[in-house]
Amino acid sequence: MSLDVATIRKDFPIFDRTVRDGKKLIYLDSGATSQKPNSVIDAEGDFYRFHNAAVHRGAHQLAEEATDAYEGARSKVASFLGARAEEIVFTKGATESLNLIAYAMGNAASGSRFALTSKDQIVVTEMEHHANLIPWQQLAARTGAQLTWFEVLPDGRLDLNSINEVISENTKVVALTHQSNVLGTINPLDAIVARAHEVGAVVVLDACQSVPHMPIDVKTLGVDFLVFSGHKAIGPTGVGVLWSSVLEELPPFLFGGSMIENVTMKSATWAPAPKRFEAGVPNMAQAVGLGAAIDYLSKVGMDKIHEHELLLTKYFLEQLQKVPTLKIIGPTDLELRGSCISFTVGQIHPHDLGQYLDSQGVAVRTGHHCAWPLTRKLGVPATTRASLYLYNFEEECDLLVEAIVKAQKYFA
Amino acid sequence: MMELDSLYQEVILDHYKHPLNKGLSEEYDVQVHHINPSCGDEITFNLSTEGGIIKSITWDGVGCSISQASVSIASDLLLNKTLEQAGSIAEVFIELMHSKGTKDGDPLVLEDAVALAGVSKFPARIKCALLGWMAFKDAAVRIKQLKEPDTRGSN
Repeated sequence: MSLDVATIRKDFPIFDRTVRDGKKLIYLDSGATSQKPNSVIDAEGDFYRFHNAAVHRGAHQLAEEATDAYEGARSKVASFLGARAEEIVFTKGATESLNLIAYAMGNAASGSRFALTSKDQIVVTEMEHHANLIPWQQLAARTGAQLTWFEVLPDGRLDLNSINEVISENTKVVALTHQSNVLGTINPLDAIVARAHEVGAVVVLDACQSVPHMPIDVKTLGVDFLVFSGHKAIGPTGVGVLWSSVLEELPPFLFGGSMIENVTMKSATWAPAPKRFEAGVPNMAQAVGLGAAIDYLSKVGMDKIHEHELLLTKYFLEQLQKVPTLKIIGPTDLELRGSCISFTVGQIHPHDLGQYLDSQGVAVRTGHHCAWPLTRKLGVPATTRASLYLYNFEEECDLLVEAIVKAQKYFA
Repeated sequence: MMELDSLYQEVILDHYKHPLNKGLSEEYDVQVHHINPSCGDEITFNLSTEGGIIKSITWDGVGCSISQASVSIASDLLLNKTLEQAGSIAEVFIELMHSKGTKDGDPLVLEDAVALAGVSKFPARIKCALLGWMAFKDAAVRIKQLKEPDTRGSN
């Protein structure tokens, strides 16, 4: 493998600790949140230690330094995504980014291309995380618009056969995930984006599971909005990103300080994007930490990270499928597939399996993974999920398999 | 492995593999449906009483060994108790679940349910063990409303 995992792991202090009475930590839950390198932890701490001040305000040196650090982080995110800095909004997470879009659309003046009525449609998919489903359900409920969706086929792919019916002339927005956090499926975007734009709809992409793991260029994707969270990309919690090329057309969602152009006792006007969408003193230290995370990922190389994860996913899929009664929930080939691997093991409930794996030092996620309609559709109440990142390596897969086999004996 | 064995006691795995009173009765006084939203475990719980005494508990559901064993144990333990007795047993059980591993539980009160004492050391699993008991508490409140109509307004 082209990635020097042993060296990378030295940068992540959490791998120095043990769990459950001295067991080596096998961390296979990066799809929930990733671990952090020292450079990110230090960047966040150093902001507080040396540069802390409210950005965009004070007439003093610290305010200048804080503003430079915060806006520098914005520029880093922009170049990481192939975007311009003014197209990047910092939020407190991907969930807030998605709610921001939905609420801003709900605030759009009638006649705007974002304003929804009972004649309009919102399109999602059955594989959405709750964060990219419920904001749209609620927007539909507030506006009377109809919520429709692409169904998921048994192999874990979207059914795009009826794309021209699902995305209709009445569709205003198509919101979908780039990579399923349960199945690992990467959705093909070209046809969806082309059809959405043909009918004048915008495309919102939940890229929480893709931006941390593969090179992303927003111009190539062709979508109108893209969101991701910092903490899944080795960055701090409490910071997310909203990218859009059409921010100037959208009204604000949160109102308050910093997002205004002019204010009287009776009314206010708005600052240009992105400030229009960043009311209040922002999450400066976290944004700066995310900047450090992007520096780290860029230095390693997103191409290399992606290649490493593909090789690792191939190995995990091969080894896991050798375990009797283990069933992969999601694509078993590497075509358009990422490194979230969900599975069931015979009749062992995922909670029980997860508990046993934990006793062996293996950290996985179990449950419906905040995608309850999807697990219901697939007929599994819950799954066990191993999700991989740049610091994982093949031997961890062997230890996972060994622990699963022991769990089968334990619960036999 | 000691910690894990304290969670998965033999009696729990027995109840999981051979659950008692599983399968919903056609007749019941009240039926409640409870969900553990953090994991998706679900239970439907039927309760019937006669003269304030629990005469039938049946249930159905999907979930982990802890949640399934716990409701199996509860359905057996609470049978033929008065609603008041069953309610106080439930309180003792809930207190045990929140004891963070400091209590063993009184076998005279809780019988097989003391096997679940180890759950209290695993914070993520407490909700699993409580699913069936919360369903019982809910059903008990409803059955009292059904069979003991509020008479406070008549004075």
